[in-house]
Amino acid sequence: MYAQMVKSTGKGVQALEDMSPQDRAFQERIDRGEKIEPKDWMPDAYRKNLIRQIGQHAHSEIVGQLPEGNWITRAPTLERKANLLAKVQDEAGHGLYLYCAAETLGVSRDELFEMLHCGKMKYSSIFNYPTLTWADMGAVGWLVDGAAIMNQVPLQRTSYGPYARAMVRICKEESFHQRQGYHIMIKMAKEGTADQKRMAQDAFNRFWYPALMMFGPSDKDSVHSAQSMAWKIKMNTNDELRQKFVDETVPQAKFLSLTVPDERLMFNEETGHYDYSEPDWNEFMDVISGNGPCNTDRLEARKKAWREGSWVREGMMAHADKKAQCKIAAE
Amino acid sequence: MSEQTNHLFEFLLRQGDNALVLGHRTSQWCGVGPALEEDIALANTALDLIGQTQLWLGYAAEVEGNNRSANDLAFLRDAYDFRNILMMEVPNEDFGRTLMRQFMFDTYQVPWLTELQNSSNERVAAIAAKSVKEARYHLERSRETVIALGDGTEESNSRMQNALDYLWPYCGEIFGADEVDHAMSEQGVAPVPSTLKGTWRACVERALSEAFLVIPNSEFAHSGGRTGFRHTEHLGHMLATMQTLQRSYPGAEW
Ligand SMILES: [Fe+2]
Ligand SMILES: [Fe+2]
Ligand SMILES: [Fe+2]
Repeated sequence: MYAQMVKSTGKGVQALEDMSPQDRAFQERIDRGEKIEPKDWMPDAYRKNLIRQIGQHAHSEIVGQLPEGNWITRAPTLERKANLLAKVQDEAGHGLYLYCAAETLGVSRDELFEMLHCGKMKYSSIFNYPTLTWADMGAVGWLVDGAAIMNQVPLQRTSYGPYARAMVRICKEESFHQRQGYHIMIKMAKEGTADQKRMAQDAFNRFWYPALMMFGPSDKDSVHSAQSMAWKIKMNTNDELRQKFVDETVPQAKFLSLTVPDERLMFNEETGHYDYSEPDWNEFMDVISGNGPCNTDRLEARKKAWREGSWVREGMMAHADKKAQCKIAAE
Repeated sequence: MSEQTNHLFEFLLRQGDNALVLGHRTSQWCGVGPALEEDIALANTALDLIGQTQLWLGYAAEVEGNNRSANDLAFLRDAYDFRNILMMEVPNEDFGRTLMRQFMFDTYQVPWLTELQNSSNERVAAIAAKSVKEARYHLERSRETVIALGDGTEESNSRMQNALDYLWPYCGEIFGADEVDHAMSEQGVAPVPSTLKGTWRACVERALSEAFLVIPNSEFAHSGGRTGFRHTEHLGHMLATMQTLQRSYPGAEW
């Protein structure tokens, strides 16, 4: 998802009786549904895991500004321009809340940026795909924000207090984003001209499988899940969430008269779910390891913004320091 | 269109196009600002300006009475029909120029919109009353930022000085006094912009001296934007981008 394949530092899940008394007390708090707060004791591995997960989520929000930012200057009406700009601004806000949540675990925003820039930390694979037409603004809002919601709604109950609270604020905005994206799709796919319908189907074709990949590898190949689930920093398995997403999205696509690019897609009366084709996991591994269509450009865009902003940040800090010194001198 | 209507239409385009073009320029920062807080603040400014555009151009379209909408005016006019001052359309270059421009504009907009609240035209007064609150907030922020970066480091000071040197010859165009301006003043719609120059200059000087920045010793002023006679080369590129979908798919709804 926004945090895919977060490497777990634990050595697999220990049984309660094998834990040290401190670890055991901690696990029992989580099992009782208590929230862990920044000043509470926590195992090192829990802290490290959370930093990776929240950091990766935060990076996804700000790298995620880029594919949609790509269309702000080309939005077709003043209303769409304002809506898209407000949406991408929300994503910056999400990044900010999440970096703040990560800071409560003892890592600074600058350190996290540094790790993003040098490639030590990742962001969601989805943002390494290009946005090629205006219909992509519809597809991204509908599918990408939609998939994000699937993952983040349960995270509102995650064990770490600041993370859970950030999720509550973020989820409200994400559902608004999804509706906005879906509305773009309605305008184009249902009510639009032949050109617009073609754009909508094309966008759907390109984003369907990448959206499915957002939930991470299949459970049978997902090595990092068990410990995270025990700690309640991951609430559902990848496949559970993916299935839920497919089940909700397919009827929406039908309503839009869009064809899901999967010939094997079929409703299974027995299970009550849609059967669907797995995405190409080799492509996923390529994207994750740096070979997606936009990895290099996305990262470079972030690094360039950071580099070119350094004089501003330094100037502001220097001014703040001088002002503080004047105040001391005056006292 | 009667001459009187035409003057009002031109006046409204000048307000709307300033907001539209500056809003568009500012929106280009989204996702690549120097810090997350600045990114968010710039997007706020751009959003306010796009909102103001909708009000000004929406009213302009009504006054024109040609069955056009605010969107038609924004997306289907060519460069020579735009009435923004040239300063709005020059490229962002860096954060320094972007904020210096915002400051120069805000320092004018606050007293200007304050005056427009007393317009004899109720619609103008209402749009001004809404916009002036936003303009005050923009000014507070752009002023603080210009002072901070002028004072900050050697590099930030020299970048802000460069921005000032570049933008200074574009400031004079704000203070026009042409036929449209006089017509608006006679009808009590708006003061002649040139009458605000003293107030503007005093505010600018105060802030720039706090920022250790030196106003260029020249009164030369470029012009041609607010009349549409001669825009810069930059506007055509901006419109090519901004108008692409409306131009490529005539009549489509989005
Ligand atoms: Fe978000
Ligand atoms: Fe998110
Ligand atoms: Fe979102």
